[in-house]
Amino acid sequence: MSLLDVHDLKVSFETNDGLLPAVQGVSFALEEGEALGIVGESGSGKSQTVLALMGLLADNGVASGKAEFEGQDLLGLSPARLNRVRGEKISMIFQDPMTSLNPYLTVASQMTEVLTLHKDMTRREARQEAVRMLDAVHIPDASSRLDRYPHEFSGGMRQRVMIAMSLLCRPQILIADEPTTALDVTVQAQILRLLDEIRREFRTAVILITHDLGVVAEVCDRVIVMYGGRVMESGSLHHIFQGSRHPYTRGLLASVPRLDQERGGRLQGIPGAPPSLSRPPTGCPFEARCAYRLDRCTSVPPPLKERDRGHRVACYAELIL
Amino acid sequence: MNAPLLSVRDVAVEFRIPEGVFRRSRVLRAVDGVSFDLARGETLGVVGESGCGKSTLARAILGLVPLARGIMTLDGQSLDSGNGERWWRKDIQVIFQDPLASLNPRMTVGEIVAEPLETLMPELSRREMETRVISMMERVGLSSTQVNRYPHEFSGGQCQRIGIARALVSEPRVVLCDEPVSALDVSIQAQIVNLLTDLQKEMGLALLFIAHDLAVVRHISHRVMVMYLGQVAETTDADTLYRRPLHPYTRALMAAVPVPDPGRRARDVEIVRGDVPSLLAPPSGCPFRTRCPLAVARCAAEAPALRMVGKTAVACHLVDGADAGSAASA
Repeated sequence: MSLLDVHDLKVSFETNDGLLPAVQGVSFALEEGEALGIVGESGSGKSQTVLALMGLLADNGVASGKAEFEGQDLLGLSPARLNRVRGEKISMIFQDPMTSLNPYLTVASQMTEVLTLHKDMTRREARQEAVRMLDAVHIPDASSRLDRYPHEFSGGMRQRVMIAMSLLCRPQILIADEPTTALDVTVQAQILRLLDEIRREFRTAVILITHDLGVVAEVCDRVIVMYGGRVMESGSLHHIFQGSRHPYTRGLLASVPRLDQERGGRLQGIPGAPPSLSRPPTGCPFEARCAYRLDRCTSVPPPLKERDRGHRVACYAELIL
Repeated sequence: MNAPLLSVRDVAVEFRIPEGVFRRSRVLRAVDGVSFDLARGETLGVVGESGCGKSTLARAILGLVPLARGIMTLDGQSLDSGNGERWWRKDIQVIFQDPLASLNPRMTVGEIVAEPLETLMPELSRREMETRVISMMERVGLSSTQVNRYPHEFSGGQCQRIGIARALVSEPRVVLCDEPVSALDVSIQAQIVNLLTDLQKEMGLALLFIAHDLAVVRHISHRVMVMYLGQVAETTDADTLYRRPLHPYTRALMAAVPVPDPGRRARDVEIVRGDVPSLLAPPSGCPFRTRCPLAVARCAAEAPALRMVGKTAVACHLVDGADAGSAASA
C-alpha cells in the first residue's frame, strides 16, 4: 500500500474555446519518505497534476480519477475535510515565496496561525514551535526574526520561511512546485540541500515539480517525465538518466547544455514546438516532433507499459531505440 | 582576434534612491568600473546572479541609462556623440529575455521586423524593405507566409525568432543578448542557441551574451566575464574559465549548478553561504568577502584590483602564483 496512489487523473478547463484537456490520465504512486520528481516543460501538465490533488485548480478546472491517501479519495473530499488534509498531512510550497506569504502579517503570526488552527496549540507553544522550525531550516537568529515581515527577508530566506511553515504540522507529503526557479543558482543549491536534509530528518515524502533535469538528479529518487498532459516515462534516476527508452526523455537530456562540454558543438534540441492545448493530438502528444514516429503513433496514444522493475515507458517505437 | 569593435572602459552606472524630502538621497552603484573589448565575430558571455549589474551594463551600452563615468567606443568612435544622438543605433541592436512582452501585440510580424528599417534606414524603397524583411524571417526559421500574423499566434520560441529577426534586419555589427533563452523551455532553448551561433557565423556578429546559466554561456561564448555586485570578478577565455576557475565566486557558481547526472550530485561540494548583499549597503573591500569561504582580514580592508594571473584577469587577493602556474599549464 503506497502513501499516495493516483489513478487515471484527468484535468480539463472549461474555456470559451471549449474544454481544454491539461492532464490526460496520469497514474503514479508515492511511497513513504521518497522524493519523486515530476519533470516537464511548460504545458506538460506537471503543475495541474498536483494542484488537482490539492483541490487548488482554477474555478474553471475539473478533475476526475482517483487519488487515494490514507484510505480516502482526495478528489472526492468535501472542502472542510480537504482543508484538514491540506497543511496538516500534505503541504505545498510554490515558486515565488513572496506571493505565498501575506505581506501584511509578521512571519510569527502566519506561522503560529497554522499551529493554533491545526494542532490546538496555545500561542506560546506555537511560538516556540515556530522558532524551532525556523532553526531547522537554518534561519540565523530565529527568535528575533520571527517578528519581522516577509519583505524584510531575502528571496532565499523567504523560501526557507515557506519550507519551515510547510513543515509545522509534520506533513507526510511536501509538494514543492518549482521551489528554486526564482532563486539565484548559489541560493538554489542551498535550498535543494535543505530539502534533502529536511526529508531525511522529518521522514517527509517529497513531490518536486520542476523543468530542470539537473534539479531532479540532485534531490530525487524517482522521476516521472510528462509531456502534453501524459506520462511519457517513469522510473528510478538510473532508468531515466542512463537507460531512458523514450525519445522525448532522450531529446530533453540531449538539449541540456552541460558545463563539462567543450564550446562549439551544436546543442541537439528537439525540433518543432509543443502541441497546442486547444487542438490536442489524437495519438502520442510527442508524435509531431519525434524522429522515431510509426504510423499508429498518430492514431492512439501508446499505453504506459512496465519494461523493467519500476521502469515504465509510453512509446510504440521504444523497442527499436 | 582582430582589433576591438566595441570597447568599454571603466564604466560605472549609478542610481539615486530618494530617502525623503529633506534627506540626502542614497547612491546605488549598479555597475562599478567595468571594462572589456569585443571583437568582430566574437561572443563575450557575461554571467552573474541578480544584482550583479549584467543587464544594467547592456542598458548603459544602449544609452538607456546615463554613465556616472567611463567611455564606450564603437570602431574607435565614442558612443556618446555629445548631442544625445545615438548614431550607432543601426550597428548595436538588442534581443530581450521575454520574447512575447518585447513584441508589440498590435503589430503584425512583418511590421515588427520592418520597423527598424523604417526608422534607421528610411532611404530604402518599400520593395527593398519587403525583400529584406522576408529574407530575414526565413533566415531565422520563420515562414514568409506568417508575415501578416500577430505575436500572440506564435509560441515562445517562435516569438524569440521574431525578436532576433527584428534585431538583425538592420545588419548590426554588435548584438546585446540579455538572457535571450532563459524564458524558454529547454528543448526550444537549444534551437535558439544554435540559431544565434549560425547567424553569428553568417553575419560576423559580435555578441554580448548576458545570462545567469553558466552552461549556456559556456556553450556559446569565446570569452566569459563573471560579475558580482556590479564589479568584474574574473574574465578569461571560456575553456580556461571552466577548466580552472580562479575566483572563489566563479568556483562557487560552478559548484552550485545542478548537473543532470545522478552519479555526480553537487551534495558533496561546499556550497557558498548566505545571499547576495544589497547594493545599497555593499561590503567594504571585496564585494564577495561576506560569502567567501577563503576571506581574510585584508579582503575587508582593501578592494582587490583586477590583475593578470596566467591568461585570466581576476580580482582576488588570494589567488597566488601556484594558481597562476597551474592555470597557465591547464
